[in-house]
Amino acid sequence: MWERLPQLFVYGLVSGSVITLGAIGLSLTYSILRFSNFAHGDLMTSGAYLGLAFLALFSPLLPGRFGPLSFGPALIPALACAMAANAALAIGVDRLVFKRLRRAKAVLLLMASVGVAFVLRNLILFSAGPDPLYFSHRIQRALRIGGVRVKADQLFILGTALLFVLLLHLLLRYTKTGKAMRAMADNPELAQVTGIDTERVVAWTWGVGASLAALGGILSGIENKLVTPELGWQTLLPLFAAVVLGGIGSPYGAMVGGMAIGLAEEVSTAFISTAYKPAVAFGLLVLMLLLRPQGLFGRR
Amino acid sequence: MPLLDVQGVHSGYGGMEVLHGVSVTLEPGELVTVIGPNGAGKSTLLKTIFGLLSPGQGRVTLAGAEVTGLPPHRIVRLGMCYVPQVDNVFPSLTVQENLEMGAFILRGGIEDRLSRVYQLFPALKSRRRQRVGKMSGGERQMVAMGRALMLDPKVLLLDEPTAALAPNLVEQVFQSILAIRESGVAILMVEQNARQSLAISNRGYVLVDGRNRHQGTGVELLADEEIGRLFLGG
Repeated sequence: MWERLPQLFVYGLVSGSVITLGAIGLSLTYSILRFSNFAHGDLMTSGAYLGLAFLALFSPLLPGRFGPLSFGPALIPALACAMAANAALAIGVDRLVFKRLRRAKAVLLLMASVGVAFVLRNLILFSAGPDPLYFSHRIQRALRIGGVRVKADQLFILGTALLFVLLLHLLLRYTKTGKAMRAMADNPELAQVTGIDTERVVAWTWGVGASLAALGGILSGIENKLVTPELGWQTLLPLFAAVVLGGIGSPYGAMVGGMAIGLAEEVSTAFISTAYKPAVAFGLLVLMLLLRPQGLFGRR
Repeated sequence: MPLLDVQGVHSGYGGMEVLHGVSVTLEPGELVTVIGPNGAGKSTLLKTIFGLLSPGQGRVTLAGAEVTGLPPHRIVRLGMCYVPQVDNVFPSLTVQENLEMGAFILRGGIEDRLSRVYQLFPALKSRRRQRVGKMSGGERQMVAMGRALMLDPKVLLLDEPTAALAPNLVEQVFQSILAIRESGVAILMVEQNARQSLAISNRGYVLVDGRNRHQGTGVELLADEEIGRLFLGG
C-alpha cells in the first residue's frame, strides 16, 4: 500500500488542480459578495459543456492532436471561448438574480444560489441530456517518470492550473481591479465611500470566478474523458472543504486548500475504499471547522 | 457663499429621527469642529452630508451645487471626501495600495498625488509597502486621511479622528489636520476631544439632542462658561 503513494500523489495533484480552480471562484464570491454560492459547482458544469460545444465548433477548423496529448489545437480557442462565455453567463445570472438581493441577508442569497444551481443543472440536463458526453475516446499511454505513471494530459492539467493561479495572483496583486477586489473583500462600505465602483468589482469577481470554474470543469473533463450534468454538484463538497481549509474568503487559502483536499482524497484510497473519497473531504471540513474555523490563511 | 452649506437638516436611521433641523456652514480654507455629548447626532450629521443617510428635510450644497441625498460615490466626484470613525482603512492592503484606492475614480497617473500625501505624512512614505492591518492606531488614521486626500478634495469630513488614540498620538493627528488645512483643504470635523479640537479650529458648533445649541469661533466657545461646564470638563 505504501509503494502506491507516489502514484496517488500525482493523481492528487491533478484532482487538486481542478478543485483549486473551482475553489478560487467560490472563495472570491464569498469574500466580495459575502455568501456561499451553492451554484458555483454548476458553473463548473456549464463551463465544461460550453467547452465541449466550442470544441465541436473549432475541431473541424483546427484538426489534429498535440503529440501525446488527447486533444489538439482546437482546445485552445475552445478554452478561451468557454471561459469567456461562462463569465458572461455568471454576470448575467448576477444581474438577473443576485443583484436584486445585494442588501439581503446572506442566508437568503445562499437559498437563491441553491435555486440557481437547480436551474443551471436542469438547463444542462435538458439541452445536453443525462448521458455522459465524451471529451475523448482515445486511450492514452502513460509516460513513466521515476516509477510513477503520468499521462501527458495530466501534466497539461497541472501546468494550466498553475499558470492560471499565477495569473490570478498577478491580477490581485498588481492591477487596479485586483486591488479593488481585495479592498472590497476587506471592507465593502469603505470601498463605496472611497468611490470604488463596487458593481464593476462585483462583475469582475463573477467573471474571474466563472472563467476559472469553466477551466476547472474542462480540465476535469479531459482527465476523466467525460462530463455528466452532475459534475459540479458532485464537486461542490470538495470545493467547500478546500475553501474552509484555506480560510473562507482567502483566494490564496483556496489554492492551498484545493491542493490539500485533492491530495487527501487520492492518498486516502491507499488505505480505505475509493467510495469514501467524499467522506475524506467532509471529514477534513468538519475537523477544520472544529480546530481552526478561520482556516489556514484566514484572519480572525 | 459658503463652500459647504447645510441648512435645517432632519435625518436619522429608519423611523428614528436623530437630527431635528441642524445647520452648519464651512468656508473655503476653514477648519470647523462640531462637538456635543454622545448621541447628539454628530456622526449622523457627517453621514447625512456625505449621502450615507438621506435627509427627510433640509438641504446640503457643495460650492453652490445641491448634493442633498446624492450617493457617496457621486459626492466624492464633486470634491468632498469622508473619513469614517472606525474601519477607515483596508487592513490587508499596503499603505500605498490604500492610497491608490483613494484615487480609484481617477484615470492615469497618480504619482503627484501620492508624493503630496507622503509630503503631508512623511512617516507613511518609508512604510508604504507595509500592510496597514499591522500598523498602530495613529498610523492607520494617517493612512485613512491620506486616502481621503488622494482626490484632492475641496472639503474633507473627519469623524472623530482622535477617538481611541493614545494622548501622544492625539497631538500628532491634530498636527496633521492643521497641515491639511494649510494645504488649502476645508475641514469639517466631529470630535470628542473638545478642548484640543476647538483650540485649533477657526469655528465650532455645539450640537445637543440633534439641534444647534451654540456656535462661535474656537476661542469664543472655549471661553464660554456654560460650554466649559457641560462639554469641556469644567
